[in-house]
Amino acid sequence: MTTENGNPAKDADVQLPTLKAKDFTTDQDVRWCPGCGDYAVLAAVRKTLPTLGRNKEDFVFVSGIGCAARFPYYMETYGMHSIHGRAPAFATGIKIANPELDVWLVSGDGDLLSIGGNHTLHIMRRNVDVNIILLNNRIYGLTKGQYSPTSERGKVTKSTPDGSIDSPLNPLSLALGADSTFVARGIDIDAKHLTVLMQRGAAHRGTAFIEVYQDCNIFNHQAWFYASQKESRPETTVECVHGEPLVFGAEGDKGIRFHDGGLEVIQLGGEYTVEDCMVHDERNRLQAWMLTRMHYPEFPEPLGVLYCDPDVPAYDAALQEQVAHVREQRAGQDLAGLVQGKETWDVG
Amino acid sequence: MDAFSRAGSGPPPPIGTCPVNTENPTTAASSQIKDMDAVAIRFCGDSGDGMQLTGGQFTTTSALFGNDFATFPDFPAEIRAPRGTTFGVSGFQVQFADHHIHTPGDAVNALVAMNPAAFKMNISDVEPGGVVIVNEDEFTKVNLKKAGYAPDENPLDDESLSTRFQFRPIPISRLTRESLADSEMGAKDVDRCRNMYALGLVYWLFDRSLDTTIDYLETYFGARKNKPEVAAINVAALKAGYYFGETAELFPVQYKVNPAPLEAGTYRKISGTEATTLGFAAAAEKSGTDILYAGYPITPASELLHGLSALKHLGIRTFQAEDEIAAVCAAIGASFAGNLGVTGTSGPGLALKGEALGLATMLELPLVVVDVQRAGPATGMPTKTEQADLLQAMYGRSGETPCVIVAPSSPSDCFEMVLEAVRLAFRCMCPVLFLSDGSIANGAEPWRLPDLDAIEPIPVTHPTEPAPGDERLNPYRRDPDTLSRPWVIPGTPGLEHRVGGLEKQDVTGNVSYDGDNHQHMVETRAEKVHRAQAIIPPLEVDDPGDTDVLVLGWGSTRGSIIGAVNGLREEGVPVAMAHIRHLNPFPSNLGEILEKYSTIIVPENNTGQLRFLLQGKYLKPVIGINELKGRSFQVAELRDRIRTCIDEGSP
Repeated sequence: MTTENGNPAKDADVQLPTLKAKDFTTDQDVRWCPGCGDYAVLAAVRKTLPTLGRNKEDFVFVSGIGCAARFPYYMETYGMHSIHGRAPAFATGIKIANPELDVWLVSGDGDLLSIGGNHTLHIMRRNVDVNIILLNNRIYGLTKGQYSPTSERGKVTKSTPDGSIDSPLNPLSLALGADSTFVARGIDIDAKHLTVLMQRGAAHRGTAFIEVYQDCNIFNHQAWFYASQKESRPETTVECVHGEPLVFGAEGDKGIRFHDGGLEVIQLGGEYTVEDCMVHDERNRLQAWMLTRMHYPEFPEPLGVLYCDPDVPAYDAALQEQVAHVREQRAGQDLAGLVQGKETWDVG
Repeated sequence: MDAFSRAGSGPPPPIGTCPVNTENPTTAASSQIKDMDAVAIRFCGDSGDGMQLTGGQFTTTSALFGNDFATFPDFPAEIRAPRGTTFGVSGFQVQFADHHIHTPGDAVNALVAMNPAAFKMNISDVEPGGVVIVNEDEFTKVNLKKAGYAPDENPLDDESLSTRFQFRPIPISRLTRESLADSEMGAKDVDRCRNMYALGLVYWLFDRSLDTTIDYLETYFGARKNKPEVAAINVAALKAGYYFGETAELFPVQYKVNPAPLEAGTYRKISGTEATTLGFAAAAEKSGTDILYAGYPITPASELLHGLSALKHLGIRTFQAEDEIAAVCAAIGASFAGNLGVTGTSGPGLALKGEALGLATMLELPLVVVDVQRAGPATGMPTKTEQADLLQAMYGRSGETPCVIVAPSSPSDCFEMVLEAVRLAFRCMCPVLFLSDGSIANGAEPWRLPDLDAIEPIPVTHPTEPAPGDERLNPYRRDPDTLSRPWVIPGTPGLEHRVGGLEKQDVTGNVSYDGDNHQHMVETRAEKVHRAQAIIPPLEVDDPGDTDVLVLGWGSTRGSIIGAVNGLREEGVPVAMAHIRHLNPFPSNLGEILEKYSTIIVPENNTGQLRFLLQGKYLKPVIGINELKGRSFQVAELRDRIRTCIDEGSP
């Protein structure tokens, strides 16, 4: 059965199927290196999708180039593995053509922040309703180990034998600078936490930008271990929960306070109490900005939803609205009238 | 040089010596009326002087009067270059005729120059005996210096102007101010009416009605911009110019170009950009498929983005992307999701889109890419025309990346060729490049309105089940005739699949690095494009008989070629001509046609790109006539060069 020139025929009353992670698993062998952080993220995504109440055919996964960009091949959904850096543009085109689709973009730090930096910037400022998962491993993996735009200064790699002299880009600061309406950060091995972030991102109407600290165990192993390991994580990260004070530490004995025009770490229990800590407000862009500037070891690094503004209209929704408005305004204006134009004359 | 380039006719006498045919007793003044068969007028001035508007108005008036016409807007890339400089000169040439014409004319029969710089840049193009009207008020010391004249030099002092031309220096600035002396408007607004004063004078000279332009001014300034006072002074200046012509007796005669005997029907004036816009609107309707046009502003393609952005009610949405690459990628994304993705650009932008066109070729999705060619390389001459992107369209990508290529041959032909491009994109599931150029996009001509009902629907199918016999979707299970793959769109239950730029195993679409499969896929993608020949009309040859010479062209050179070939035929030199609109694949009978002629001449505004393709494919010697001057061929020059080629024989 085919439909001519239209969207696929669908039964309106069909019950949403109860999907499981394995329903989103393709028959393709996953070709990432054993031990790669991407596996954990893939598993988390497969677990998250069944919780979103959508049909399988409504998901589209788009990626650029790089290790992370193989992602769509492993998702039993519609998918496009595109060209280097341009995934946001493809995703935008898909959303404009069919805003009903649930579009996910998965790619790496080189793809989204270096060759594709421009497109990442623009999809965020337009607020296209796409969920972006940035798998940040601070290295170029597929090309076998050059430094990336998020690599730390001084990084020794194949292309920087004397250490890199570039400053790393902070993806979350970039996102806020581009007026992204949803900014979050998670860690590859914490699937539970990632699932929450992805559910929040999926519910957000607009671009949801989720940075994931992801381990490349071949070329940049343990780059995030300071933040990802059970033992160190409580001291090196702070979980940002809307309405809750920013408290961290294995004993919950440290906090972040706003003081003297900036943030500082305070030791709780003596001079300071929880009352002195800044309360996380994910609607506050300036607070979010300050959080994204917290870098280890001076600060714990923020995790969770740092910023969310649900009130900015999504690009695709605004476009639909505009199209509907114009259609109404120009009802009765047809192709024949357009072809005829303003002035005609008759011959013969 | 022809004074009036009636296509192919011998040189008629210039305006100054044209015999008086009729007296028109109905004209208020005592002037006589001379009938002319064709006239080329050029309006030129500073880029802020409104010359494009003036020329456009004259064209519309001539069109409604029933003349055939062709226009050539020629403007600088700078929006407002320093006033009065030669690089800020903007010109608009229109040829209007009482017979069928194909070019804006070689020599200028009447020139209107609004300042010294415009005079300097254009006077050499005026035929001997032609009309030269200049705004003498602007020939001030300062302006003369800006135009690069030596101190104390004023070209208007050259007494030979009066013997070489019908030279009329007129104080247009002062007369405009005087005619609007009662107006409450400021000096700046008043001075901006000079172009209408000059247009009024020209309307009188060519015995034209003011009605169309008055309507335009009242609608544009009055109704749309809500500035009726601006409309009023422009109308007043227009009328004042007209009456000045009538009463000043500057010209002994008026000139009249009668309506042309065009095929019966309803006509409108249309530019290449407008015809392209309408073509996409028609394609959306005829295919029942919405279009996403994604573009990034670039001269001379931006107007296409402007035109299409106003058609949301007709199934077209536009997306102004952050760059050329994002534009083509968004278009491909839209095609993946079930729209027809279209992107438009000029040569430098096409270079940027190359990688994505490779992806679209691998994904096997429909895509139309409009390239409004301009003089390159790099930024080149953005507002000047050229045909030098043919080989880029053919080969400018990594790997073996065959794309379909079509090229319109005139402004109005864009309508039909867009429909053709869309039809081919859906059939072949691959990128189709549409090679227009600056002269086609900006040029205008009369267009007989098409019968929309007679346009064949464009078939589009989105499968909702696997192919018969397949348990699951095989995204690269090809149609045995067209070799195209099924266009399954996201949202279709049960047919989830992945596409990507990695080589695909045929049928299954799985990633494959197998050498034999790669060879098979490369050959299949090429064969798929080749098979488009099945729906491409055979090439028609206009052969007068008794000739072994064929002039073969493509794109915007058609008008000049027709003019040149007709000229040769009237001289008694029989020459056949044909014009290729499908450049990849070529029409199936092209090889056969080439075999019939011993001398094949290909005029192109490049160094020989079609010649290169023809010689490579058909191993047949081809003579090139190649010119890259930022404009189409002059008819007379081309005629002479073809004659020389014939006289000197094959290369």
